[in-house]
Amino acid sequence: MAATAGRAEAAPRVEARGVGLRAGLVTAAFLVVALAIGLAVGPVQVGVGSILRSALSYVPFLHVGQPLGAVDHAVIWQLRAPRVVLAALVGGMLAVAGASYQGVFRNPLCDPYLLGVAGGAGLGATLAIVYASSAAAGSNWTVPLAAFAGAIAAVVVTYALGRSVGATQMTGALVLAGVTMATFTAAVQTFVQQQHTQQLQSVYSWLLGGFSSATWHDVAICAPYIAVSSLVLVLHRRVLDVLSLGDDEASSLGIDVGRARLTIVVAATLGTAAAVSVSGLIAFVGIIVPHTIRLLYSTSYRAVVPLSLLAGAGFLVLADVVARTVLSPAELPIGVVTAFLGAPFFALVLRTSRTAR
Amino acid sequence: MIETRDLWVRFGPVAAVRGLSLRAEAGGWTALIGPNGAGKTSALRAFAGLAAYEGEVLIDGQDARKLGRRAVARLVAFVPQKPETPPALTVAEYVLLGRTPHIRYLGGESRSDREAATQALRRLELERFADRPLGSLSGGELQRAVLARALAQEAPVLLLDEPTTALDLGRQQLVLELVDELRRDGLTVVTTMHDLTLAGQYAERLVLLDGGKVVAEGTPTEVLSTPNVAAHYGANVRVIEDEAGVFVFPVRSR
Repeated sequence: MAATAGRAEAAPRVEARGVGLRAGLVTAAFLVVALAIGLAVGPVQVGVGSILRSALSYVPFLHVGQPLGAVDHAVIWQLRAPRVVLAALVGGMLAVAGASYQGVFRNPLCDPYLLGVAGGAGLGATLAIVYASSAAAGSNWTVPLAAFAGAIAAVVVTYALGRSVGATQMTGALVLAGVTMATFTAAVQTFVQQQHTQQLQSVYSWLLGGFSSATWHDVAICAPYIAVSSLVLVLHRRVLDVLSLGDDEASSLGIDVGRARLTIVVAATLGTAAAVSVSGLIAFVGIIVPHTIRLLYSTSYRAVVPLSLLAGAGFLVLADVVARTVLSPAELPIGVVTAFLGAPFFALVLRTSRTAR
Repeated sequence: MIETRDLWVRFGPVAAVRGLSLRAEAGGWTALIGPNGAGKTSALRAFAGLAAYEGEVLIDGQDARKLGRRAVARLVAFVPQKPETPPALTVAEYVLLGRTPHIRYLGGESRSDREAATQALRRLELERFADRPLGSLSGGELQRAVLARALAQEAPVLLLDEPTTALDLGRQQLVLELVDELRRDGLTVVTTMHDLTLAGQYAERLVLLDGGKVVAEGTPTEVLSTPNVAAHYGANVRVIEDEAGVFVFPVRSR
């Protein structure tokens, strides 16, 4: 070992990059701008400045006067704001859950719907729309609750099925069990839907996902789950890096791999189920957002997890703006927008980052 | 120091290791040798607490079962035959992961963790690679990064499963010399090895396993005899011994 003295003296920079100050600020700024655009853009034009002053008028002791008239005020705070906030919550959750699933299963193609969340939620919502009594259907709790219950039930069955194979091939078995569950629930869901073609429209519009009927009530339903889930996932960012070394090595580094994986999967699933129950099935966010961060910045989960949360929120807010403005007054399903915007953008990122290296 | 007493590792009805008792001292290098399926890797994995076992594993005199996973990880570093090296992770980030047993479950690295990782990088002359992604390293550099990660763990016992499999002759020697230096620093080194000549060159004690049992044990000269290799590897070899050590050459039989 003949190290030259000069080389040995140069202290290397030994630290995990995590979320650097610049990347954190840029991503947070992206989210803030997206939120501002989400509030300001729509058939009723209200300036960002007025919206900001209106928000500040609610802060005690600042003595800012309310600049908005009654109609503008209602449009901004009762129609647009819940919609924008809900899109941000759902987008952040789907992205952070996607990143976590990809880490836990060490498979870059995993998305938050991997373990049957989507199929289960779709089946639950369909059953609620089709069979719930008109009284229950009138309540805005019924469909989200049924979707949430369906999602959780599907994942529990998937987990039980995967576990029955044995611990050694757990991750592979879980993914296969998820595929089985998704196929089965989709089959049942389609069957029920075909039996009740008169409700096809509402079932279909739920499945495609969107925020057109978002209220503060929806925000209140899902926010606690999403807050807790994303907090747990963000706290596990270093553990996800350790898990990326594989079960054996993570275990030899002192991590209880089974318990860590279960914790992460439960958190990601609960959050995703809550998100899906208020938004329907929005594809692509959980894959595109984490991968964009990997390609542009870092593959370490210490960066990918927190940045996905912020970027996913901003991305879905912008996608929703497009969904409600392009064909205004009609709306595009937001899943169409995420795919339509997301795919080319992702292809571009993929291309430029490949040529850069 | 690591010691096993009547160690059994079973996969369902099949026992891969049958009653292994051995003792590896601090500052010593023990090599587990034997044909494919002899139970070398299973034994090593049991030492690291990665395979369920019957019997006892004692690390520095303490029962590994009672120590718990994290405490074992602070005492035993394990390098598998094909370590997982996420290509986009930088060398520094990767080596820092070796500090995991010293960090709270949801915690982050402290200054002392960064210092330990820096030490490990310096020890393996990887300072200038600190910011390079693992995917850009050559096979030999990568193996050094893996060793640095194990070293950052600051465990007194180092277990290596086939540390030289994918390396060319020069890199094999380089890596084994590095391991030997670590041994001289006082680490307990246990490796599994396929190459009998290299095993005889570096380890001072060889344990020959066949069918999960110890069939020969001792210095390279004692273990690496033509009849031993013939009987347990089913191989026709010529063993040559001179002042440089014991050499095992395959010879075509016809």
